[in-house]
Amino acid sequence: MTSEQKQFAGSIRFFHWLAGAIVLAMLCIGVAMIASLADYHWLISLHRPLGILLLIIVAVRLANRLWHGGPEFPITMSDQEKFMARSSEVLLYVLLFVMPLVGWGMLSAARFPIAMFGSVHLFPILPHNVMLYAILRKTHTYLGYLLFFAFVAHFGAVLFHSVILRDGLFNRMAPWRER
Amino acid sequence: MAVHSTVERENRPGSLPAGKPYGRLAGIGVLLLVVVAAFFYLGGWFSPNRLTQARFVDGFEKAYGDYPGFRRNHAKGVCVTGYFESNGKGLQVSKAVLFQPGRVPVIGRFSLGSSLPYVPDAPGIPRGLGIDYKMSDGEEWRTTMINLPVFPFKDPQAFYDNMMASALDPVTHQPDPKKQAAFLASHPEAAHALGVFKSHEPSSGFDNTTFYGLTAFIFTNGEGKATPVRWTLVPEQPYVAASAAPAGDTNYLFRGVVASILQHPVRWHLMLTLAQPGDPTNNSTAEWPAGREQVDVGTLTLNGVEAEEGSPTRVVNFDPLVLPAGISPSDDPLLSARSGVYSESFTRRAGEKAAPSAITPADIRK
Repeated sequence: MTSEQKQFAGSIRFFHWLAGAIVLAMLCIGVAMIASLADYHWLISLHRPLGILLLIIVAVRLANRLWHGGPEFPITMSDQEKFMARSSEVLLYVLLFVMPLVGWGMLSAARFPIAMFGSVHLFPILPHNVMLYAILRKTHTYLGYLLFFAFVAHFGAVLFHSVILRDGLFNRMAPWRER
Repeated sequence: MAVHSTVERENRPGSLPAGKPYGRLAGIGVLLLVVVAAFFYLGGWFSPNRLTQARFVDGFEKAYGDYPGFRRNHAKGVCVTGYFESNGKGLQVSKAVLFQPGRVPVIGRFSLGSSLPYVPDAPGIPRGLGIDYKMSDGEEWRTTMINLPVFPFKDPQAFYDNMMASALDPVTHQPDPKKQAAFLASHPEAAHALGVFKSHEPSSGFDNTTFYGLTAFIFTNGEGKATPVRWTLVPEQPYVAASAAPAGDTNYLFRGVVASILQHPVRWHLMLTLAQPGDPTNNSTAEWPAGREQVDVGTLTLNGVEAEEGSPTRVVNFDPLVLPAGISPSDDPLLSARSGVYSESFTRRAGEKAAPSAITPADIRK
């Protein structure tokens, strides 16, 4: 891509906001469902298929991101900030892949049916081992909190750039087209 | 184009712009704190009195003691295997693959309704049976039943309150009768269920016990017609009234069913009771009127028995909401709560090392 490019490609921005909305919904569903007896069932029935949908979207999104590349960082950013921004993008991608895989994997290790909708369910991806389930189940929680705080940091950094530095960083990923 | 560049030029990389934007910085901080607080609010962090999965399972451990590696309730058990032979009549009410004529394998577990993994067998302790039907398309139906014809607790809070009222005193290892009486006085449905249970003489063993599903589920057939259903497993083995527990044999009920299955297969009929309009679906403590249509949809045969040690069934979570297409939850508040609490109990014991079960592999070989 040329150095004149101000924004990520439209498809990148589309996937960013789509996946972002689903991730936020998943984090809220996840934290709420384990603390509610009344809402547990409908929330987890949504959590499972939505997690798999997210896995698919993130896979397509990453391929698309690698294909298109991205615009330059604003010149206000120091080399350390650029490094932080790049590594946080990598961390978020890793978490977005690992979270659904751990969820799928833990249910596999427990041999719990991985129901999607109707009679559709997924095959197990790990051997039947409940100790492995117990470890992955904890991992799923810890990674969930890590992902949430990664989101908060991401949101905070964007706010900082938009409200304090006012350097137009947000426009790189704005849902609308910048002219 | 280039609208923003004039502002940035004033900024050196990595430094705050001129003008001391502390107010705006504080605003960002407050906004982020609100986001974090909202997230933890959803997670119940600010609701210390809300009955959650974790607090419910803590309740079992507090009331009856902590037995790592065991189910938090129905802790004592043996595992069984067999098959279900459908006669096809179930398709009238549910399109579930299970009800197509033919045979599906099952695994199951007999248990006593107590959190104590070594509780001495006695006729008056509720008996449990979990059956996991494994359908040809990979779907499963996990069912749990007990031998009470009516459930004592109408919602999770009542179950929890009873647990607290029947908590074992750490010194005497007995519940406090005053607390139990107070619970029954404030929960007429529990007193009613207790009365029904006491008026039904239990049978002599697991194999001639009638097991009740108790909670209503919505069955949907191929035409999309939904019917609330409760089911019962009715034994072919003839009823014999229970006698007192033999002295010195704390496992006689389990030994009995093990010996029985080793001798010959034992069988139950899966009977569906179909609701009429107006029958309650949200209250497992309320019986449906007598005379509701019953459909015998097939025969459950148990022909294998094994101790928990080494049995894959030991680590099955009999979550009542593992359902095939064609069966869905009713509006009974116990269902979602049980699903959540079972999951928490399962997660805890999955990560713990368990002591040997009361019924050992040696007991099966005898």
